[in-house]
Order: sequence, then C-alpha cells, then structure tokens
Amino acid sequence: MRFAFTEDQIALRDATRDLLAKECPPKAVRAQWEGEEPGPSSAWRALAEMGVLGVLAPESLGGLGLSELDLVLVLEETGYFALPEPIVEHAAVAVPLLNDLTTALTGTEIISATAPNSDLAPGATLAHSFVVGDKNGLALVERGQVEIGLCESVDQTRSLGRIKWDSKSGQRLDDPRGKGQARGLVGISSQLVGLTRRMLDMTVEYVIERQQFGVPVGSFQAVKHHLADARIALEFARPLVYRAAWSLATDDPDYEVHASMAKAMASDAALLAGRKALQCHGAIGYSFEYDLHLFMKRAWALASTWGDARAHRSRLAQVIL
Amino acid sequence: MDLNFTIQENEFRDECRTWLEENIPRSLPSGDTREGFALHLEWERLLFSQRWSVVSWPEKYGGRDASPMEWLIFEEEYYRAGGPQRITQNGIFLLAPTVFSFGTPEQQNQILPRMAAAQDLWCQGWSEPNAGSDLASTRSKAERDLAGGWRLTGQKTWTTRGAFCTHLFGLFRSDPDSERHHGLTYFLVPLDAPGVTVRGFGRLDGDEGFAEVFLDDVYVPEEAVLGEVDKGWGVAMATASAERGLTLRSPGRFTASAARLVDLYREQSSNANSDLRDSVVQAVIEAEAYRWQTFSTVTRMTDGENIGAEASMTKVFWSELDLRIHEVALAILGPTAEFDDTGWMKGFEFALSGPIYAGTNEIQRNVIAERVLGLPRK
Repeated sequence: MRFAFTEDQIALRDATRDLLAKECPPKAVRAQWEGEEPGPSSAWRALAEMGVLGVLAPESLGGLGLSELDLVLVLEETGYFALPEPIVEHAAVAVPLLNDLTTALTGTEIISATAPNSDLAPGATLAHSFVVGDKNGLALVERGQVEIGLCESVDQTRSLGRIKWDSKSGQRLDDPRGKGQARGLVGISSQLVGLTRRMLDMTVEYVIERQQFGVPVGSFQAVKHHLADARIALEFARPLVYRAAWSLATDDPDYEVHASMAKAMASDAALLAGRKALQCHGAIGYSFEYDLHLFMKRAWALASTWGDARAHRSRLAQVIL
Repeated sequence: MDLNFTIQENEFRDECRTWLEENIPRSLPSGDTREGFALHLEWERLLFSQRWSVVSWPEKYGGRDASPMEWLIFEEEYYRAGGPQRITQNGIFLLAPTVFSFGTPEQQNQILPRMAAAQDLWCQGWSEPNAGSDLASTRSKAERDLAGGWRLTGQKTWTTRGAFCTHLFGLFRSDPDSERHHGLTYFLVPLDAPGVTVRGFGRLDGDEGFAEVFLDDVYVPEEAVLGEVDKGWGVAMATASAERGLTLRSPGRFTASAARLVDLYREQSSNANSDLRDSVVQAVIEAEAYRWQTFSTVTRMTDGENIGAEASMTKVFWSELDLRIHEVALAILGPTAEFDDTGWMKGFEFALSGPIYAGTNEIQRNVIAERVLGLPRK
C-alpha cells in the first residue's frame, strides 16, 4: 500500500498549474462569461500544445499514453482555474473512446459529452461533436447531426446546451463496463476539489488582508471556524477522488462505487467551501465585479451535474445496503 | 501509487484475523467500571502473551516491529472482529510515542515492557480544575527536593480510568516564576507513592471512568522526568499530536462502526425512511474517506514528512463522524433507542466525549485555521 503520486505525476500537475496561472486568470474566465472571445481560449490551445488533452490517448495515436492517475491532478488544476472549455468531457470521456484522434489532440476540434441520463452538455457553442448516450450505449455525433438548444446556466462560461440526436445517427462507441462515464465522474470530482481549493485560497488571502475593528477579520474565531470546516471537507474529499482515479487506472472491479463516493464527497466539499467563502468575504464576495462568484457558480454547476451528492448516495445505497 | 496491500501486508492481515477471530472476548462489560476493568485487563494480558498488544513496537519491548501500515491493518482487524476499546490506550498510544522520542534508554527499558504487558497502567494527568482546553495554565507544581528528586503538589482531574490505573503522566510547573507554556516539566508518577490520593467519579454515562488525583508533597526521583526540566510543553505537544492524530483513533474503529450501522439498518429497515438511508450511506462514505486519508498520511510519514498540525483535522473529523454514526443508529432504533440493549445508546454517550477530549474541537479548529491555513492568531 502506497498512497502517493509519483514525481512525474506531480511535475505534470505543476506544469499544468503554471500554464493555467498564465493563460487562465480570472480575467480570461470572465471574458468567456461575457462572450467576448468566441472560440477556444488561449489556455485551451496551450493545454493542447502541452499534450494534456491526450493524457489518456495511446502514444501510437499521438497521446501521452498515461493513465487516469496522471489526468486526475491535471483536471484538478483546470478546476482550480475554472477553465471554461469542457476538458473533462473532451480529455477524460471522449479521447479514450475514439480511434481517430487527429483533431481531438491538437484541440482544434472540441468534443463535449452529455452527462449520464441527461441531454445536457457543456461547451455547446464550441463543440464540434458530442459523446451522447441512450439505452444502447454511447455514440459520437457531429454538430451537424444534432439540434442544440442553448440553456443559460448559472455559470455562463459553461455554454450549456440540450443535445437532441437521432439514435440512428452518429458513430457507436465501444465503452465496456461504462468506463467512459466513470472517467467523467472522477474528472468532474477532481475539478470540484480544485474549485474547493481555489475558493479556500482566495478567502484565506482575503481575511488576512481585510481589517475590521482594527484587526484582520481572519483573526476572529467565527471566521476561523468557517474556514477550518472548509479545509476539513477538502482534506477528506480529496483521497476518495484519487482513490477512484486509481481504481479506474487499474481496472478495480469497484470503480463505479469509488467514483460515486468521490462525486458525493467532492460535491459537498465544494458547496460547503463556496458557502463559507462567500460568508467570510461578506459584501465584496457578493459583488459581480469580484471574482469569487466565477468559481462558486462553477462549483454549483459541477456539484449538481453528473448526479449530485444525494443522487450518488442513493446509487451507493443499492450497493451498500 | 499502489493501493493494493503487499503480499506481506496481506499475510499479516490473515495472521491477525485468524488469531483475533478465535480469541476476541465476546460482550465484555464496560472497561470503565472496576469489575469491567479487571476483565479487560485479562484480555490485555492475553494480547500481550501472544505479542499482539503493541504490534508496532520493537520486539525487545514485546512488539512485532510492524510497519505503520501493518499497525493500521491490525487495528482494522481488531475492530472488525468486534474487539473492545483498549483500556491501555493512554499508555500504549499516547505516552509510549513520547517515551520513544524523549525517554532515556533506561526509561525506555523500564517503562515500555511493563506497559506492553499491562503490568503498569497509565493515565493522563493533564487537566486540572482550571486548566482544561487551556492546558498552559497548569498550576500543579514541582519543587526540587534538597536530597535530589522532586516534590509534586497539586490536583489533576477528569483523568480517564484514573481510579484503576497504576501510573500517571502529567505536566507540573517546575519554575515558579514561569508563565503559560514555559517552565513546565513532564513527570511520570506512580499512583501508589505516599501523598497521592485518587478519587474516582462518574462520567456522563454513570461509569466511574473519571478520577481526581490529589498530590500532596509527593516525592519522585530524578528519573521521573521525561525530557528536559522546564521543557515539558514540547514533550506534551508530541503526545497531543499522537492523541489527535491517528494513533488514538485508527480508521478501523469507524469503518467497523459504519459496518455495524449498515447491519442495524438492514435489520430495522422497516422503520427506516429514505432520509435515514441517505445518512447511513453518508456515514459509510465518511468512514472510507477517513480510511483513505489515513493511508495517504501514513505514506507521507513513511516518506519522512512531519504531519504536525494537520492532525487537528483528523481529530475533528473522526470525533464528529463517530457522533453522527451513533445519532443515525439511534434514529433508526426510534422509540426503542432509549432502552435498547444493543449498545448504541452507551456508544452515543461515549461518542459525545470525542469532540471534548484531546483538546475540544473548537481548539482544533483554531489550530487548523492558524497553523494549517495561516490565519493570524490575533
């Protein structure tokens, strides 16, 4: 038993973090929100160049030939920086299911995916194709083959859409034992962990700076206890997400159970962190001009999509009870 | 990362399981009563005779040189098999790590084998009537005896199982001009020394699990000092970190409790609604989360990292999880919760102490905020 990432995995995470710190500051997220920059962001193009979109693709197809364990830390960073593009759907769900990856790995064509048992997909204005599902399994459909009904998500950077497709169209994808969906679930969970960290970091920084009654507000016990609770939630959600990634990488027979546990804990942690972050910021956090809401709304969206915490506990109840 | 146990770890687990399943005593009474304590002592001595009492210690002190991961495996198997809470825990889990770090070779040889064998039974003498969470306001004093050694005077209280133990470890103010955490010394005191009076008293559940310990000019020799004179705070903090962290409350306890909660739910599911079902699953997930967080922590410790203040997150999490597990169980029992004989009410009463002892959870949250997140003290 050894529960730690390798130096290479940490190095890949750090490189992703450095790239996103430069290419995906809150200003860039906000630009997507306001629809100022149609098309993939510079961060997306840089991630493609770095090879991150092909972490799960075999080397023979131009990918990095790595596993879910390498990807999980990368996706956590994309959550931390609230990357607008649907990278989980693209890199975790679609890429491992496809045989032709020429345009997927260069990032020139974005592939999104609908959440399980749902017709909603993020990145609907950007995506060239979608992984969709029905009772017969998964299929890849081109943009031209579907009807897209745009929905205004509370997080507008999601560019969410309802995808209507004809089950006779598209290319059927081989997804033995629902691994594609489990990968998506763990990917969303790792982004939620990243968002939890981000909101906590922002708030810690703020309450150290902000003075009231002549002292930093972070010196008040009431504030400390809010943030301690968020930190505890992060501490105990993260290992379940990493464990689920390991189960996928090693074909553990229980990977679906582990993915559900990860999503339940990560969703609750991110919602709690958002609530605590907003409260500890006070009115500034409630302002649209301040960046906190970019991350909080992403957390709300991701906590409820792909099954919220309760839905996953209900799914787990059937196995556990 | 390799989340499979090694062949050696699995063999160790099998060996633990086989022995424990054959030997675990069924339905011992509470170890916090005089009669119960005697029965628990027999169990502890049986554990020792087969070298199961302190598996992670060196063989020369009665252990098996088990790795930290193997120790976690032993704990999982111990609680899985239904093993009782260890009455020796304050010695083997709290004092012993401190003796390994700060004790002289003579102290180690004298203290550890008798502790492993449950010959000497240790209680923790930290709290005083006016020093609970605020441990640094300790007033019990230590004065040098002119002929060498020390004279101890003061009062300790809320001492768990103090009335049944043979020895006490605690902090005493050795520098009369000192304040707060300066000038304290960590002493090891036999409770049969002249001048010691121990008075047991009832806890919330009525068991005589608490004691007051009065010390009136009690002589102890120089060897009774653990670590350096006047530097007892640092020594005590090492113990506190062990208590808050995983040594006192390994995940095996909570995964076993969560499994029993699942069993209870299955037996009583006709009473249960979907709200309770959700709470049961949440308890199972949280016990799993604690388990995996611990494996990650132990890996970091094995790599030489110091966990330090992060132990406070663990303490808040396990104590509140334990309480929730019991609350859910009582909710499942519903109208029979108040008189049930399944032990859940008794367990609930005990779980209520978790957020209080070893530093209240309010103190832990301050530690997390200040030392993990870096918020200002003032």
